[in-house]
Amino acid sequence: MATRVGIEVSIAISEAVKLANADVVAAYPITPQTHIVEHLAELVANGELNAEFVPVESEHSAMSACLGSAAAGARTFTATAGQGLELMHEVLYVASSMRLPIVMAVANRALSAPISIWGDHSDVMAVRDTGWIQIFTENGQEVVDNVLCAFRIAEDRRVLLPVMIHLDGFHLTHMIEPITFPEQEEVDRFIPPNDYPLPLDPSKPVAMGGFGPPSIYTETKWAQEINLRAAKDVVLEVWNEFGNTFGRNYSPVENYRCDGCRVLLLTMGSFSETAMVAVDKMKNEGKDVGLLKLRLWRPFPFNEIRQAVRNAEVVIVLDRALSFGGPGGPVCSEIRAALYQQEKKPKVIGFVGGLGGRDISVAGFEEIVKRGIEISETGSSQEFEIFGVRE
Amino acid sequence: MAKQEAAPTWKDLEIGFIVTEPGNASQYRTGDWRSQKPTYEFKKCIKCGACYICCPEGCIKQNAEGYFEADMYYCKGCGICAKECPAGVITMVEEAG
Repeated sequence: MATRVGIEVSIAISEAVKLANADVVAAYPITPQTHIVEHLAELVANGELNAEFVPVESEHSAMSACLGSAAAGARTFTATAGQGLELMHEVLYVASSMRLPIVMAVANRALSAPISIWGDHSDVMAVRDTGWIQIFTENGQEVVDNVLCAFRIAEDRRVLLPVMIHLDGFHLTHMIEPITFPEQEEVDRFIPPNDYPLPLDPSKPVAMGGFGPPSIYTETKWAQEINLRAAKDVVLEVWNEFGNTFGRNYSPVENYRCDGCRVLLLTMGSFSETAMVAVDKMKNEGKDVGLLKLRLWRPFPFNEIRQAVRNAEVVIVLDRALSFGGPGGPVCSEIRAALYQQEKKPKVIGFVGGLGGRDISVAGFEEIVKRGIEISETGSSQEFEIFGVRE
Repeated sequence: MAKQEAAPTWKDLEIGFIVTEPGNASQYRTGDWRSQKPTYEFKKCIKCGACYICCPEGCIKQNAEGYFEADMYYCKGCGICAKECPAGVITMVEEAG
């Protein structure tokens, strides 16, 4: 019998990690992720979670400790945000290249300068190409569910890759929400014990992280690429089983009232919740607009995106990160790339907004949709527009 | 990566490129990095072993006559042995072709 409680989302993540029975947590606190690791430290100190908590001196060390832990076959969790994720950067590549199943919650935060502790997706986009599976969530329940799924996905023998669960800093981390927790026995059944196939073991020595000269490096990278792309089937399988077991369903691209719509708005993360309210309002006023929510960021769901927009004429994409001097927001440019070869494709209109914790209200989304439709009719000399900037 | 002899495809690699055969670095032919090779005038050699001690690759061994000689499978041609030899036994020469 599941329990439904009112709880801060950060604390709920720690409880999910406890339910998943993590063996090692190595982490460094940084706003807005702090409550997650603080509560995990408390759970370990109180003996409620039988795990090793490694308090490290930086995020670089946190991820390095996670490598060692996962390599030893321990179920491994960490969390970070913003500058902390950037400090981990080079080690993130090592985790995915060495095929180590680590689960990390990222409390999405803007990057300096100026210093901002508030949310946007700049930190995620800077680690886009690190080879991790990346999943976006839009409310506390989704975070808890996907943290549980993440262990299952990461440790699957067909995957063996690290997984990032993205949740918006403050907009999610610091909210108190009603969240349903499954029972321990249900989670134990859903996530089998970690069984890493080639752990560090003195009785059967292996060497990890050796060097790869030009004669082999390309083969190692192609193997990694094939593996990450193939992981999508397992992500779908795990989400499907989660849905059958717990009654909450997830998919790479989710449609909200999109049927027959000529205009589609596309968002990622917690802003999708506000966007749904905006879509309801616009539909009530007779407007022709639906909402696509991109959940699986890596591996990128090319076919699902093509399928989702096949009948649309305009897709309006909101990015919460800038690609300085580039083609617009990273999500928008990837949607454009996914559709470029299609014979029939919608116009893709890009907006960047919600930077550094600035909110976008229901009225804001209405304005974005109105302006997006305008641009689709008149064209624009710009690759994208920035929403809500004071001129 | 240790083995240079085989040319594995991406499908042949162990997950995460993990090396499951300990000590196989000895199969790695560092000798093919060489652009110069040591040559020896053993008649000058005093068998002091300075070259053996200084070799960063650890690839110098005493032969049956007691002279010190580099194993060309591993010798990278750095020339430290030639520089350190007190008797001027070793001369570095360009590899042919």
